[in-house]
Amino acid sequence: MTLFKAENLAINFGGVKAVDGVNFEIKQGECFTIIGPNGAGKTTIFNLISRIYDSTEGTMTFDGQDITKVPPHAIASLGIARTFQNIELFEHASVLQNLLVGRHCHSRTGMFSELLFLPSVRQAEVAHREKVEDIIDFLDLQHYRDSMIMNLPYGVRKVVELGRALCTEPKLILLDEPSSGLNVEETQDMSFWIDDIKKDLGITVLMVEHDMGLVSEVSDEVLVLNYGRMLAHGSPQEVQNDPEVIKAYLGEQE
Amino acid sequence: MRFLFKTDYNQDIRIAKHSGYYWSYGLLLLIVFAAPFFLEGYYIGQLTQLYIVAIAGVGLMLLAGYTGLVSLGHAAFFGIGAYTEAVLTGNGIPLPFVEEPVVFSFFISMPVAAIFAALAGVAIGIPVLRLTGIYLAIATFAFALVIEEILSRWESVTNGYSGLLVESLYVGDMELTDGPPFYFLCLGMLLLVLLFSINLLRSPTGRAMMAIRDSEISAQSMGVNLAQVKTKAFALSAGITGLAGALFAHKLGFLSPESFTIFQSLELLVLVVVGGIGSLHGAIFGAIFVLALPQGLAIMKDYLPVTIAETPGIEPFIFGLILVLVIIFEPYGIYGRWLKIKLYFQMFPVYKKATFKRQKAYMKSERLK
Repeated sequence: MTLFKAENLAINFGGVKAVDGVNFEIKQGECFTIIGPNGAGKTTIFNLISRIYDSTEGTMTFDGQDITKVPPHAIASLGIARTFQNIELFEHASVLQNLLVGRHCHSRTGMFSELLFLPSVRQAEVAHREKVEDIIDFLDLQHYRDSMIMNLPYGVRKVVELGRALCTEPKLILLDEPSSGLNVEETQDMSFWIDDIKKDLGITVLMVEHDMGLVSEVSDEVLVLNYGRMLAHGSPQEVQNDPEVIKAYLGEQE
Repeated sequence: MRFLFKTDYNQDIRIAKHSGYYWSYGLLLLIVFAAPFFLEGYYIGQLTQLYIVAIAGVGLMLLAGYTGLVSLGHAAFFGIGAYTEAVLTGNGIPLPFVEEPVVFSFFISMPVAAIFAALAGVAIGIPVLRLTGIYLAIATFAFALVIEEILSRWESVTNGYSGLLVESLYVGDMELTDGPPFYFLCLGMLLLVLLFSINLLRSPTGRAMMAIRDSEISAQSMGVNLAQVKTKAFALSAGITGLAGALFAHKLGFLSPESFTIFQSLELLVLVVVGGIGSLHGAIFGAIFVLALPQGLAIMKDYLPVTIAETPGIEPFIFGLILVLVIIFEPYGIYGRWLKIKLYFQMFPVYKKATFKRQKAYMKSERLK
């Protein structure tokens, strides 16, 4: 079953065609990876899906619904969550508060009942907290629950950001370079978690990644971009042996 | 050191996190409630003034400290609240189908004053939502100038520069807007505003505000409607400041547009920064600072050489100097220093200076849009 589909997706910044006629389909429950050299338009595709950018052309369908014109804050409640390449956490808040913001798209309390902190608000808070605790257990973050983000090392922040995205209970999670800046051991942990997200939580994963070891370990399908265009598409092995891909990364042999 | 053993999620939601809160804040409450029975009239007046400024400070803190939207125009909301209160409780306003002009009791007039200011907040909030940082500050600054001008020119309502007398409020025979009764009114309002703010900050809307402050882009992808939450923050902040204005009107007893100038806005901003940005404690500490400093300077003048003490502009100079020093050496203001002192005694004798060393800020995503 197709969960997400991009048809003829394109965006121009002035004369630069950052993404140019990209087509792909993500099946329910798979791990789909986008790779490509720097500036290929990988993160731009993420920003298109999370509706930070307006596409110049093409359509995106998610779960049977056209999301090409949905406002950016509505994306989370549809079931798409994301992480960022350079960690966008709320620095002056604790890990717990960050994860609770991830529950924002599920909160239904009005501002006036919050000002009075009515029993309904308290109940909702406890219910959110229970969901958050599940994610804390899943990612082994118990130790950091009350730490401020600004005091945490880079590797932990990366995990917290993943946790915040999981707290929205997404159907599709977008991971922008989940292993960047992590050491070998942390990358290994990350690959286990991505596998668990896919298999245990049943969440479809779309990721951008440079570490080919991680890519071939966890992905089912790989899309290669170069200068905003599709270069190749297939299983990790197929893509790695594709002469066009080798040319894009390593150049041509004399 | 106190170690908290948590067994219930409600422990993190509760306002009083542990028994120490009951002791320290209970003692503080006891002192402020007993104060008017022991102090002279002058000091009661000063404390009342402190509570009013603190209410306005909490209002701006919610906007500048928690939502990250710096406003240079809060004197405008302060003024709108004050004038609304004065007009409603004073001459009375003519209503259709009613013979006599209607004079409102403060139960109605104060909420109305706050709501008027909140509506003004929404009115300015919606058009300037797309602005951030310095641009937002300039837009709100312009708004404050407009309001100041309206207050001085709309003479049929505000009496312009000749000023507007504010009627005292009575409950039975007791004058409510003077001495201890007014003290308790202001104290009650401050406690109410603080309670509402604390409630908001431990709920989804409050967290959304902090999320916007720290990273708009990721707040948005977590489902926070930026325009909606920013408008709410603006309305709430303006409403609270308007309420402070309404109380201020009775404190002064006489309103003129000169009381609501840009200097008032700046003073509120100094309050927020020096008190400690991003904490409600900071709003209180800041209010104490803003009120105590001019008095402290006046006392200090007696001990300075005449040539320095009589130099014109020495007071704004010292005011500015302290602001600069605070921003450089104590970015989290008086409350930040308070936390350090508290930790020093909690950890004694193993306090480490490094605990509060500013950590490395990792690179943020390139500006989107």
